[in-house]
Amino acid sequence: MSMLTITIDGKTTSVPAGSTILDAAKKLDIDIPTLCYLNLEELKVNNNVASCRICVVEVEGRRNLAPACATPVSDNMVIKSNTLRVLNARKTVLELLLSDHPKDCLVCAKSGECELQDLAEKFGIRESPYDGGEMSHYRKDISASIIRDMDKCIMCRRCETMCNEVQTCGVLSGVNRGFTAVVAPAFEMNLADTVCTNCGQCVAVCPTGALVEHDHSWAVVDALADPDKVVIVQTAPAVRAALGEDLGIAPGTSVTGKMAAALRRLGFAHVFDTDFAADLTIMEEGSEFLDRLTRHLNGDQTAKLPILTSCCPGWVKFFEHQFPDMLDVPSTAKSPQQMFGAIAKTYYADLLGIPRDKLVVVSVMPCLAKKYECARPEFAVDGNPDVDIVISTRELARLIKRMNIDFKSLPDEAFDAPLGESTGAAPIFGVTGGVIEAALRTAYELATGETLNKVEFEDVRGMEGVKRAVVKVGPHELVIGVAHGLGNARKLLNRVRAGETFHAIEVMACPGGCIGGGGQPYHHGDVELLKLRTQVLYDEDAGKPLRKSHQNPYIIELYEKFLGKPLSEKSHHLLHTHYFKRQRL
Amino acid sequence: MAATTIEKKQLRIATRNCGFIDPESIDDYIALRGYEGLAKVLTMTPAEVVDLVKRSGLRGRGGGGFPTGVKWGIALSNQADQKYMVCNADEGDPGAFMDRAVLEGDPHSVVEAMAIGGYAIGATLGAVYIRAEYPLAIKRLKKAIADARAYGLLGKNIFGSGFDFDIEIKYGAGAFVCGEETALIRSMEGQRGEPVSKPPFPAQSGYWKKPTIVNNVETFANVPAIILKGADWFSSIGTATSKGTKVFALAGKIQNVGLIEVPMGITLREVIFDIGGGCPDGKEFKAVQTGGPSGGALAHKDLDVAIDYESLIARKSMMGSGGMVVMDEDDCMVSVAKFFLDFTMDETCGKCTPCRIGSKRLYEILDKITKGRGARDDLKRLTSLCNNIKDTALCGLGQTMPNPILSTMDTFGHEYDAHVDHKKCPAHVCTAMLTYTIDPAKCTGCTLCTKVCPVECISGTKKLPHVIDATKCIKCGACYDKCKFDSIIKQ
Repeated sequence: MSMLTITIDGKTTSVPAGSTILDAAKKLDIDIPTLCYLNLEELKVNNNVASCRICVVEVEGRRNLAPACATPVSDNMVIKSNTLRVLNARKTVLELLLSDHPKDCLVCAKSGECELQDLAEKFGIRESPYDGGEMSHYRKDISASIIRDMDKCIMCRRCETMCNEVQTCGVLSGVNRGFTAVVAPAFEMNLADTVCTNCGQCVAVCPTGALVEHDHSWAVVDALADPDKVVIVQTAPAVRAALGEDLGIAPGTSVTGKMAAALRRLGFAHVFDTDFAADLTIMEEGSEFLDRLTRHLNGDQTAKLPILTSCCPGWVKFFEHQFPDMLDVPSTAKSPQQMFGAIAKTYYADLLGIPRDKLVVVSVMPCLAKKYECARPEFAVDGNPDVDIVISTRELARLIKRMNIDFKSLPDEAFDAPLGESTGAAPIFGVTGGVIEAALRTAYELATGETLNKVEFEDVRGMEGVKRAVVKVGPHELVIGVAHGLGNARKLLNRVRAGETFHAIEVMACPGGCIGGGGQPYHHGDVELLKLRTQVLYDEDAGKPLRKSHQNPYIIELYEKFLGKPLSEKSHHLLHTHYFKRQRL
Repeated sequence: MAATTIEKKQLRIATRNCGFIDPESIDDYIALRGYEGLAKVLTMTPAEVVDLVKRSGLRGRGGGGFPTGVKWGIALSNQADQKYMVCNADEGDPGAFMDRAVLEGDPHSVVEAMAIGGYAIGATLGAVYIRAEYPLAIKRLKKAIADARAYGLLGKNIFGSGFDFDIEIKYGAGAFVCGEETALIRSMEGQRGEPVSKPPFPAQSGYWKKPTIVNNVETFANVPAIILKGADWFSSIGTATSKGTKVFALAGKIQNVGLIEVPMGITLREVIFDIGGGCPDGKEFKAVQTGGPSGGALAHKDLDVAIDYESLIARKSMMGSGGMVVMDEDDCMVSVAKFFLDFTMDETCGKCTPCRIGSKRLYEILDKITKGRGARDDLKRLTSLCNNIKDTALCGLGQTMPNPILSTMDTFGHEYDAHVDHKKCPAHVCTAMLTYTIDPAKCTGCTLCTKVCPVECISGTKKLPHVIDATKCIKCGACYDKCKFDSIIKQ
């Protein structure tokens, strides 16, 4: 690759052809402010539409200023990024943005995390000379998972890139012209009426408060304060890998014990773990897979392969909209969150001797789609949902801060029994490839009757968008597919449609899996955070004495005392679901 | 019949056939040496064709004035399995219709030129991006393409040379910004019409990321003539930097409204007075806006400037696509700037911050000034914002949007001062600052004014001077228009 020489602010370096001025500046440790730009290289997410104009620089020989994020380097280019002309231009751009932005930072969900607010602070914008004019106004759109407040949209188009290019859902795109231009669904429909999967990746990248989670943290407080309710909580695997980031603990630190302690101090009656339900999911889904595989190999045409995982509610809604002809392919197993809810409001409510409507099940999830999932009507009994309230990792961090809990100094505490115990197969549900790895551990032993000594399946791990692995299980060579990010899922499903053989496929809607979920602490473009979170979960797996779901003693007890066996009638009733054809518009 | 001055000063190259041939007859076009240029280039190498166009000095007629031959040369040197030749017929300047006239009057000249360009750059496919509001142009273009195909002048193996070229039509929905080439390409691809950052330029990576040349209708219409008559002939017309002719659309306060084609280097005085016949009703010429909403206003002092790309830019205006809106003594230059900002504010796509929000803020400041609420500080903000938008906007639309303001502030700064400092509109256009009074010396008490006043604010006794109640007057001007004795004073 040819190298090009570039000088920025008097410092010279060489960069490969195709690099931008911003790339070169990074190499030279020159900080050029950006706002619309977002580049998550490993995940192949690149938003360099050059719309905000904050990163403009002087290019020698060019009449006007150039956006550093989108201007390719040419040989012997000379750049000035720190002149008064540049400073003045950036200030004007910020003043214009602020002139059309509600200055309600006091009550904005994004305050403290807002990239526009950070820039206004950095540039010391104290007055807004273009104010007094009209503001663009849009109707607020509130879905089960996401709140769109387009008055705060700065047209950076990051959400559009995520929704269209990465997730291939095509819900969000630019509409209207000029001052009233905004990012919206077609015909400015409500998100809830579109093919939106609620994955929340738009929220994860929005630099301002235009797209935020539908916050339910005060609903949790209300439930906890209600003397007539018994409030229990479950926490998804990926939460413990990232919660610390929002609470002053170094990224890459597992906070499982402190989180359990904090939840207890928040007042939850029992602190449980979705990991328990993850092990249960493996029992059901793994058994379903073996059953289908056996029947398929025996020539049963009704046994469709590959089996697709169904843990991820974003993915479930995606295939309901996009692949309605393939609804018989995914596993019928409910997600761990919903399995937990179903068991809690039957088995566990019986143990406590209380009716189901006295029990409030709260979930802490790295995910925004879980908020939608818990509200799906099929997951309720007589209007009482199996899971009552879902809050995201971010919302839990806020609750902990709000309650003046000194998170850092909390002791490590354990989850409560019986729904708090899990094997090493459960935490890895939070990373791409983890569910299928967990399923393989159990399926291998159930199918062969032999002990699996090396439990790590390295081929299904890693950040590659679509992975294919061949795994030997007894006499069978199973072809496994793994995709994370819905665009990658679409590619993989199209390969299945085209006739390529797969026996089992895992899909997670969010890039990286749940550790990159739409409800996680904001990564602000730092992909390293996702890698650190991934490592936390693999370490947690490696540190567990038991690493196969079917070895979980409480799962064994649950089957003995309540469910019977995997795929039993009771299991089917409580732990399995069905899917719906949904419109593509 | 002797040629009138109007005709003498003109020279028709791009519009050479308009009005002389039946635009729906390919035979008419061929009879006037049509498609001979295409036949000629097919005996040359593509590099020779590019060189010929380069030597002719032809520059883009859509606004920017980029040398056409150089542009073609870039696309020729970029290797690709597919290249595209695109005709930009998304004419959108207010009051401009030169491209429509060419497409309606001589569509084959564009079809032939696109094939010539296709051969020169190595493209086998062409597309015309035309606004759907031009139904007659579309109809004639369609027929021209179909007839050319039937005659073997488009399609496979043209003139047995082995060169294939065909043209499809893409319809625009009338967004002004789609005249910007990268926005046009995105629109052709079925995406939202928004410009993208350059470089890469379309000649490197354009339609479907392939090397693409986008030329304006008028640019194309010149090409067959250049091929036939030679580069030297074309470059002998015009100024040192700007060769050939330019079609202008004369509009506004001018006697002879319509399209003209004149050699580059002609003066504004010749255009406005000799050809245009000056302002109607004996009014005094005040300014002319060239370059449409992206251009600027030129005044008396500029009348003897030889028109070319450089001289207009030096005067804070630009050639643009050829709109010329003439203003007379009754026009307020602040209001004129506001008019153009109103247009760009509506037409900005909204992609980049300076254009989306900046246009609105510029308009608001101008509106404030014309409503008599402007302050000194507003003029400072206006200049600063204009300069920053020019410096930071993403595409040509945003970068040139402040031109009408900057040029009028430059030449007619005293009008801005009068609005701001004295709360007066010297042209008596800005109603908020007007007062209507009656000159008692002239008023005959005929009472006509009292009959037309919609708010009944004029009172007086018959045959005695009347009075206007300024607190009730809505400044509609009905009395002023009606008075036969010039007794109403507008100040």
